[in-house]
Amino acid sequence: MNKVTTIQSRFVPITMENIDTDQIIPARFLKATTREGFGKNLFRDWRYLNDDEQQPKTDFVLNKPIFSGEILVAGKNFGCGSSREHAAWAIKDYGFAAVVSSFFADIFKNNALNNGLLPVTVTETFLQQIFAQPAHSTITIDLSTQTITIDATGQQESFEINSYKKTCLLNGYDDIDYLISMKQEIETFEQTLA
Amino acid sequence: MAKTLFEKIWDKHVVKQIDGGPSVLYIDKHFIHEVTSPQAFKGIEKRGLSVFRPDQVVATADHNVPTLNQHLPIKDELSRLQVQQLIENCKKHNIELYGLGHPFQGIVHVIGPELGITQPGMTIVCGDSHTSTHGAFGTIAFGIGTSEVEMVFASQCLMQSKPKLMRINIEGDLNKGVVSKDIILYIISKISASGATGYFVEYAGSAIRSLSMEARMTICNMSIEMGARGGMIAPDETTFNYLKGRQFAPSGEQWEKKVAAWQELYSDADAVFDEEIHIDASAIEPMITYGTNPGLGIAINGLVPVAESIPDEGERNNIMKALQYMGLESGKSLLGMPVQHVFIGSCTNSRIEDLRMVASLIKGRKKHDQVQVMIVPGSQQVSKQVQAEGLDKVFREAGFEIRQAGCSACLGMNEDKIPAGEYCISTSNRNFEGRQGAGARTLLASPLTAAAAAITGVVTDVRELI
Repeated sequence: MNKVTTIQSRFVPITMENIDTDQIIPARFLKATTREGFGKNLFRDWRYLNDDEQQPKTDFVLNKPIFSGEILVAGKNFGCGSSREHAAWAIKDYGFAAVVSSFFADIFKNNALNNGLLPVTVTETFLQQIFAQPAHSTITIDLSTQTITIDATGQQESFEINSYKKTCLLNGYDDIDYLISMKQEIETFEQTLA
Repeated sequence: MAKTLFEKIWDKHVVKQIDGGPSVLYIDKHFIHEVTSPQAFKGIEKRGLSVFRPDQVVATADHNVPTLNQHLPIKDELSRLQVQQLIENCKKHNIELYGLGHPFQGIVHVIGPELGITQPGMTIVCGDSHTSTHGAFGTIAFGIGTSEVEMVFASQCLMQSKPKLMRINIEGDLNKGVVSKDIILYIISKISASGATGYFVEYAGSAIRSLSMEARMTICNMSIEMGARGGMIAPDETTFNYLKGRQFAPSGEQWEKKVAAWQELYSDADAVFDEEIHIDASAIEPMITYGTNPGLGIAINGLVPVAESIPDEGERNNIMKALQYMGLESGKSLLGMPVQHVFIGSCTNSRIEDLRMVASLIKGRKKHDQVQVMIVPGSQQVSKQVQAEGLDKVFREAGFEIRQAGCSACLGMNEDKIPAGEYCISTSNRNFEGRQGAGARTLLASPLTAAAAAITGVVTDVRELI
């Protein structure tokens, strides 16, 4: 997994709340058997009028050239619904390194963390402060200090992440490495279950 | 110390507690399907690993499979490849597969319980958010992502932080025409689509105790729709009677021993929950959703909220956007509104009891001319039972179309889709934008309410037909 440290970037704001994973990546695009290439179908039905991709919906933020960057900022309860990890893959594959919201659905949050995509939970007030910034503004997310800063105004907030996950992200480790190292203990544990 | 049902099972499965981090949680049963497993198989192979405990993994093909002519090769190339890859992966890793054509094939959350694989006290995971269904048997069951599927393949364990615990107590008698789907839609409408995020929910109270296993599964199934990691119900005689004699349930001496252990699975009288909610069962009416998340529901004879008068800006915008997508108006009743489709199926409501309920309402009646009605049984076993009881005849005489088992129009991964702009009363679990097909408009309801609309062609209060 990639290491995550500091991300300084412009951001893409989607103010909508309760964005479910069916919107992030519709079910008809889940038929691939690899993790790559989902980015082109990110928010597919919000980006295009039809499946032929000929008619982009110009009012959707990903189709507005003034917005770009590695940070996606979205309304509360982001990633609810289906457990499809394809949602995290699509966001990352599109080019985002972090998602900021005031509230994440549990499974999405785990999926993001397991893919080196940093979910940053901020207060609703701070989220609205980000949304109020003009396009081209930048944000800095520093994982080691667990802070997020609006660069132009200096407004800052700290965010929570459990220390185990933080270590994993900073070093690019994943859970599987750890679990495999525990095989002996797991086998011993199994004896106690019978 | 007094413990909750959840804690009794959780504590027994913690291999190790990491300081300042999650627990290493042992998983008893791992269900897999064609859509969320291929990348996990690739992952362990890339690491040079094999599946650690293949005997504890059960596979089926359900999400993308056609519901017509399952004996023929799948027409859609990508779906065919995905199903083929599942067959190859299971063969390579010695995993039991109930694939297309197998008498045990079906929706993963229907077959686990009906085969007796799901048993009280277990930890169960699957790469599907509706894994919470299995909680109806007093299990810790939850949906996981594909990286986590890979972890369980590699180690039969997961890294999990202990969730907060919520108990929802539903006391009293249910009104006529009100079934378990209405209970859960009512709960979600009260606490919202995110109201239980971070929690694991236990459902309790006399109204829950009186429900059949199928009805309990419907409730636990939709726990995720209010954000909960999972939902569970303490096992009791209803649970034991359901399990007894099933294919993979214990038998003989083993059965007695297991039941004795299962009887210990309940929340102690003085156990503490982080949150408790009390609901009066008699306040629940048949429910229907009007919006684009399962929390946006009303009583069938209620009114769509007046979006413009909602004080919170975020919520106001959500509802206005939902009503626009759904083509509905603020402050109006949905009763009498024409629907073009009725879908009876999905891991929420495709079990034999659901289909019996539908049959009992429609017997001797005919569907409305303007409505397409699709019934998709949850499994091959359910289909077989439908035929054994002659329900298929009732459905056909009413003009309903009966399909073969799969997830079908719940998520529209196969060809079973609702056309853009048209309305579908669906017994499934999600009314998200485009869930049943791009532009499709979904109204979630119980099998009874769905069947009523099939007969009348419009949104109907089922109590007028019973």
